[in-house]
Amino acid sequence: MEDLDSLRSELMTSVEGAASIDDLEAIRVAEMGKKGRITAMMKGLGNLDPETRKAAGQNLNKLKSDVADALETRKSEMADSELDARLMDERMDMTLPPRPEEEGRIHPISQTIEEVVAILGEMGFSVIEGPDIEDDWHNFTALNIPPDHPARQEHDTFYLPGNGGDERLVLRTHTSPVQIRTMESGEPPFRIIVPGRTYRCDYDATHSPMFHQVEGLVVDRETHMGHLKGCLIEFCRAFFGVDDLPARFRPSYFPFTEPSAEMDIGCTREGGGLRIGHGDDWLEILGCGMVNPKVLENCGIDSSVYQGFAFGIGIERMAMLKYGIPDLRTFYESDLRWLRHYGFSPLNVPSMVGGLNQ
Amino acid sequence: MKFTLGWLKEFLDTDATLDEVVDRLTMVGLEVEGVEDRATGLEEFVIAHVTEAVQHPDADRLRVCTVDFGGDEPVQVVCGAPNARTGMKGVFARSGLHIPGTGITLKKAEIRGVESNGMLLSEREMGLSDEHDGIIDLDADSPVGTPAVAVMGLDDPVIEIAITPNRGDCLGVRGIARDLAASGLGALKPLNANPVPGALDSPIKVHLDFETDTADACPYFVGRYVRGVTNGESPKWLKDRLIAIGLRPISALVDITNLMTVGYNRPLHVFDADKVEGDIHVRLATPGETLLALDGKEYTLDDAMTVIGDDTHAEALGGVMGGEESGCTETTVNVFVESAYFDPIRTAKTGRKLNLMSDARYRFERGIDPEFLIDGMEIATRLIQDLCGGEVSENVIAGAPPVWQRSIDLRLDRVRTLGGVEIAADECIRILEVLGFTVARDGDTLKTEAPAWRSDIVDEACLVEEIIRVNGYDKIPAVPFINDHNLPHTSYSSFQRRRASVRRRAATRGLVEAVTYSFLPGAQADLFGGVPDGLRLINPISSDLDVMRPSLLPNLIAATGRNSDKGVPNGALFEVGPVFHGETPGEQSQILAGIRCGDMQVRSWVGPARSVDAFDAKADALALLDDLGAPTPRLQVFTEAPHWYHPGRSGELRLGPKTTLARFGEVHPGVLRKMGVKGPVVAFEILLENLPEPKTRKSAAKPHLELPNLHPVERDFAFVVSSDTPAEKVLGAARGADKALIADVRLFDVFEGGNLENGMKSVAINVILQPSEKTLTDAEIEEIAARVVERVQSTTGGSLRT
Repeated sequence: MEDLDSLRSELMTSVEGAASIDDLEAIRVAEMGKKGRITAMMKGLGNLDPETRKAAGQNLNKLKSDVADALETRKSEMADSELDARLMDERMDMTLPPRPEEEGRIHPISQTIEEVVAILGEMGFSVIEGPDIEDDWHNFTALNIPPDHPARQEHDTFYLPGNGGDERLVLRTHTSPVQIRTMESGEPPFRIIVPGRTYRCDYDATHSPMFHQVEGLVVDRETHMGHLKGCLIEFCRAFFGVDDLPARFRPSYFPFTEPSAEMDIGCTREGGGLRIGHGDDWLEILGCGMVNPKVLENCGIDSSVYQGFAFGIGIERMAMLKYGIPDLRTFYESDLRWLRHYGFSPLNVPSMVGGLNQ
Repeated sequence: MKFTLGWLKEFLDTDATLDEVVDRLTMVGLEVEGVEDRATGLEEFVIAHVTEAVQHPDADRLRVCTVDFGGDEPVQVVCGAPNARTGMKGVFARSGLHIPGTGITLKKAEIRGVESNGMLLSEREMGLSDEHDGIIDLDADSPVGTPAVAVMGLDDPVIEIAITPNRGDCLGVRGIARDLAASGLGALKPLNANPVPGALDSPIKVHLDFETDTADACPYFVGRYVRGVTNGESPKWLKDRLIAIGLRPISALVDITNLMTVGYNRPLHVFDADKVEGDIHVRLATPGETLLALDGKEYTLDDAMTVIGDDTHAEALGGVMGGEESGCTETTVNVFVESAYFDPIRTAKTGRKLNLMSDARYRFERGIDPEFLIDGMEIATRLIQDLCGGEVSENVIAGAPPVWQRSIDLRLDRVRTLGGVEIAADECIRILEVLGFTVARDGDTLKTEAPAWRSDIVDEACLVEEIIRVNGYDKIPAVPFINDHNLPHTSYSSFQRRRASVRRRAATRGLVEAVTYSFLPGAQADLFGGVPDGLRLINPISSDLDVMRPSLLPNLIAATGRNSDKGVPNGALFEVGPVFHGETPGEQSQILAGIRCGDMQVRSWVGPARSVDAFDAKADALALLDDLGAPTPRLQVFTEAPHWYHPGRSGELRLGPKTTLARFGEVHPGVLRKMGVKGPVVAFEILLENLPEPKTRKSAAKPHLELPNLHPVERDFAFVVSSDTPAEKVLGAARGADKALIADVRLFDVFEGGNLENGMKSVAINVILQPSEKTLTDAEIEEIAARVVERVQSTTGGSLRT
């Protein structure tokens, strides 16, 4: 027994004093390997009488398991501290920047069009598009703008040669020709919006030769000026995120609507900047009116049965007002600094339910 | 259109304030663009009498004036103006007032030892003009102590309104007054157009020399001869009025025509009758005929233009401008006044062709009142007699008014069903009558006759507009505009929805969306396939924007060039928009194109920079095609991209041999050089309209998914094939070795050189086998591997690398 006690204390000391996992393994082999001391002692048990053998066997087994536990504990301690040491060694400067990556941006024109669609979509409008190069009929004549009408001169139209003859083609001066194309090829009722590029031969601080509009058209049997007001007031309130945005309608003139109106919304210029909402001033925001019966007739629609309203929204103007973009011309310059600043995150998809103004 | 409040009140009997007038104008559709109250800041200046002006004792150029300005005591003012003199009337500013022209507030001062208390003002000091040669010298009867702005005609605010093209009738102040009267802001005063009796026969007759088919050019002409006029300066009231609206007074006769134009929308012309040879002939010009107009320019006319000539030649361009030769001067004694009706369209065309705008043309082309020729003449001749004297002839009348009468029925209910507002029948009738309509009620219908001056009123909708406009759009209740269904349907078509989605997918890949012009310089279009002549703008805004774009790439490439120049390199831009190959709607198509330039990865502590290459563009194209729902695994790469791509580093992704869905690759360095942009630039173009429309499925359910329980097995192979063998050929052959078991084949290495034979390359692939029913035995795996080797070798002519 004394032998075993001293062996236990010797082994425990050497396990305690082992410097590495290799040392521990050496101890294990030396004691419990095939030729190890404890192994040998186990083998020696067979020579003892049964009485003694039982007690000695128990003691020896206890020793063996205690040493094995000590080795395992010590090994795991060592592994932990070795890992700790390695991890300390692997320490990096966490103030280093991550790998460079860049997310793109959505242009404010696209975003604004999607906002308009998100709002008007809730009111049952479908999105329709049409060609940028138009003929005289769709861009002017069918819209009740005959060739020598003064309104035609105000359009600053871009012309294309067409087929050489008298029939020049035009770059559409508004998205209204898509009203005509839609009515010519379909049957009422209509409830459509038409976003798209439009062109006028004019370039200065407030005019661009290309810009965007969203046209709206409703044709059915009962829609009247009151609905037009309801629709557009609701639209502007949603778009600008001002629930009680003041709005007023003034008589105006567009050849393709009768009666015609321009819509103003409330604003203030106090403190230099323009702010949409309650204030002492009005801001012209869009043109609208009841579809001129002549336009309906030009499209083969019976104006004694059908009526409706139309409106035109300038996308850049809406974006400039809502997002505080100061200069129209910058929209088309593709300056990356501008696009990153005024552009939108790709996952910021406008919807009425999800929130239009994130 | 500018006018003054006082001028308006000459026609409108009203107590309304300026603010009320301005608000109401806007709300009846005559949008106020500006109000200029010229009296602002000048209200305190008064008329003063210089009772004595004597030489300053110590200064040659100064005078010491005793000034009576209506106060308790006269004051002493030292004045440096050369025209300061005893007895004159001027404008006085007392101490303490602010002088707008100099920005100084006056204080009692001592000038060279003499006390000065206040100031006699020049026009510049009042902020009225640059005139500073002397102090303002007013008429001797100007009342001392009264506000100077009243005496000087500055207390009449100027209002400027925008007139829409349909409201030619409001190009006269009286028309504006009529609209305001209808809206309840006072009453329209009756017109004084009583005939001025003629005392003689006009020695000049008028002939309308037109063929039947062009008689509408000038169907109606009223002329009048006035003998023995004195064409001097206009009186002050008339000059003040014209100056207020920005017109320059010229002479009484000319000023009267301007007054008639602006006040009554009745353009007139006054000929110097002594310069007219024989009679007046209104006719179409003979081609090539010339006229020196009043603007000093000579115009060459054609036979679509109306001229007013005498027996020998053209004297004026009808409805547009008078001629220099027969114009009035201060020596004119006998005149012939013209009040005529010219066809709006012909007048507009003439003006456009000659690029000649005038107050007359502006009004004639919007249509003037065809029944106001005689009334206008009576008012004008009375003014001429009053201001210039002379003896008036009888009117010389040629032709007759064109037919303008329009009878329009209004179903009263339409005010509510179209206009959206209930207005009592009596009020509808009142509004129309004040506007000049004749109205007869017939049950629920109003039978109306439109007035002669409202050629814009053509149908029932116009009448509804008149009524609800004058009644006020603010009185129309807004009605909720609700969807027909409880839930909105989808606003987008399938194509539009996919286009909106792919735009955002592109941005998540780091591409920044741009919107560029649909036109570009012709030279750049030529680099990208060019455009037919039909896409060249006739009137481009500049030669840099003269053709419609055949591709989105040039604008994007030019933009990255500009960004680089501004110190922002490595641009990644995309655009979704139209390109044009011809002028018909079918030749316009929607493209999504993107470019990347410079470094795909910028250098960082993690690793060096990596330049963009064609595979970045290919990755973009494939990812976006995938988002668009294209069957990307079935697409084939063709190495036949258009010539603006690098011929060896570009390709087309096609569905079948003919349908190109996308192109990608390096942009041709020669193209970049011609555009002055530094490379490398890689690009992709997705031809959105070539994409197959996704199949419409009955159910949104996805196909059943079976997840295999068995572990996949991988085997690597390396083949030596000739260098020109496309990798896809190796991959395709391997995939085909066992379509059921081979789940994927990945290419993980390509190299040339080393101990490989010249012209050969090694292509290493990783084949993944996915058993579905039972674990594969070694023998089965070997068998498939052998098939892979055999197929690749037979397809490519290569060999397994050993």
